[in-house]
Amino acid sequence: MLWNTILLAFREIKRNVMRSVLTILGIVIGVGAVITMVTIGGGATAQVKEQIASMGSNLLMVTPGKRLGPGQSSSAPLFKMSDGEAIAREVSSIAAVAPVSSQSIKAIFGNQNWSTQVTGSDNQYFKVTNRSLRTGRPFSESELRSGVAVCIIGETVRKKLFGGQEALGANIRLEKLSCQVIGILEAKGQSTMGMDQDDLVVIPLRTYQRRISGNQDVAMLQVSVQQGASTDKAQRDIRLLMRERRHLSPSDDDNFNVMDMKEIAKMLTGTTQLLTALLSAVAAVSLLVGGIGIMNIMLVSVTERTREIGIRLAIGAFEGEVLMQFLVEAVVLSSFGGLIGIVLALGGSIWLASVLRVPFVFNIGIVIVAFLFSAAVGVIFGYFPALKAARLDPIEALRYE
Amino acid sequence: MSIKGLRQSDHHSLIELKGVTKVYGTGQASMHALRGIDLRIDEGEFVAVMGPSGSGKSTFLNILACLDTPSGGVYKFKGIETGKLNRNQRTRLRRFYFGFVFQGYNLLNRTSALENVELPLIYRRIGASERHRRALRALEMVGLKGWESHTPGELSGGQQQRVAIARAIVTEPAVLFADEPTGNLDTARSREIMDLLSVLNQNHGITIVMVTHEPEMAVYAKRTVHFLDGLVVSDEENGRAK
Repeated sequence: MLWNTILLAFREIKRNVMRSVLTILGIVIGVGAVITMVTIGGGATAQVKEQIASMGSNLLMVTPGKRLGPGQSSSAPLFKMSDGEAIAREVSSIAAVAPVSSQSIKAIFGNQNWSTQVTGSDNQYFKVTNRSLRTGRPFSESELRSGVAVCIIGETVRKKLFGGQEALGANIRLEKLSCQVIGILEAKGQSTMGMDQDDLVVIPLRTYQRRISGNQDVAMLQVSVQQGASTDKAQRDIRLLMRERRHLSPSDDDNFNVMDMKEIAKMLTGTTQLLTALLSAVAAVSLLVGGIGIMNIMLVSVTERTREIGIRLAIGAFEGEVLMQFLVEAVVLSSFGGLIGIVLALGGSIWLASVLRVPFVFNIGIVIVAFLFSAAVGVIFGYFPALKAARLDPIEALRYE
Repeated sequence: MSIKGLRQSDHHSLIELKGVTKVYGTGQASMHALRGIDLRIDEGEFVAVMGPSGSGKSTFLNILACLDTPSGGVYKFKGIETGKLNRNQRTRLRRFYFGFVFQGYNLLNRTSALENVELPLIYRRIGASERHRRALRALEMVGLKGWESHTPGELSGGQQQRVAIARAIVTEPAVLFADEPTGNLDTARSREIMDLLSVLNQNHGITIVMVTHEPEMAVYAKRTVHFLDGLVVSDEENGRAK
């Protein structure tokens, strides 16, 4: 009996190609849109998380002024090298402290020049920012102490200045300073904010202070907390230490800021998640509209189908057989539409992911939800009008207008 | 052939009606289509039901074919009281015993003549090749050889009527109910159809109950029942009063 019913259902689908296509279309678009949006959103979130993880979530940034941002007060005194040393010495559970000062400078090699970010720091900087050298060596103790003109460059700078030539051992010019390249950093790619993390030159802090900024200031301290240790506690300890070192009375506000990367991470992933939610909401509306489309087509054809049910009943079909036929039809149509939607969505998301340069994260949950929703709509609106019709006396179903 | 769940008793007329009524609507708006029909039809009969429009002929036929249920009275088929059957049991009667030709054909749209005729055989679980063979033969009998693949939309009214007849006789039912089977046909075609019905009645032993308003078609029947205002007013056999 089931085979018979499936046969009847397929005949009916084949017979009404236009109606079948229109029914499927709504499901295809709805399922496709929802899955694509959620997949892309998920990919973006995953990317942000990954990048923040590569930055090290145990990173603290100590900056002068009240707040990080455009309203930063210039009156707040900057840090000195001794501040970083004090943190490393007095705060427990600190893995590394890197004093950092930087500014944008045009780097020149031969007839090539490239405007890049020149950072003065020490070897701790690589540890804190989770970076390693691809070739060459880190700064030596004596180079750091006496401010020798040596530098370690990022991949982008190497490519722009040297192209195919050997960079190691060559001298590049940073304004009036000529310094020798002693190392090249492993490439890291774009950051979450779209910044090229390989576009940098690192020189010893002392060299930076003497030859570039001309003062003893340190713009920022980057601190990495030991793995497993509480960043909250380190944050509190640094704050207390800095208040003491800056001679702030209890009534004074902080004139510096200790920022937790986790806060930044939360803020950034929060943004992409909100975006994903918004896109998904739009896609969900299209799924709903698709559902309404299915409903309309099913309801419009109900007059004709009621008569068909009447004919089948009159000829000797059981109520159950007619209903089973309609159920199979609805299930076949909806699942077929759902599957096409899923295939299109996967194709679309893989393409979009490559265009938007986000990783493709397959989310089986949303595939199932979208599929079940469309199937449910198809079945409900395909089946229930049929249920009503099949319960009529055959003659009433035949008379239905 | 016996029907699962139904117990047949012998020595009964094939069809037996006692005080059958049918009322549409309720209260003041109610309409009495049948006001108490007593009638017996035996196996092998060919009955023409005549009467003016609204006299209850079609309602009578629908009730006989178990497409509709009477409001009152008793309708026994082979001694079985149909009023006591459930829906599926009544469906079994239609499936295995009855053939029905509707006034408005009631064919499935966008479905070939052949598939329309095959439909009752599908519900009888008849295999594809046998189904095909029997449907082709039924179409040939109604003179539609060569039109098998045409859909109702591509056929004339008369041709659709004949597809409907082919669908009703393809199962070789015990009883064939026909509501104005020649209503849309010209005289020559009508004669052919009536000849076909006569053959089915005489050679295949199919009992036929036919509603018609054309006296020249009623002549083919062995018995004529006249309806007026939901009542049987005359019942004659071969022109002689019964």
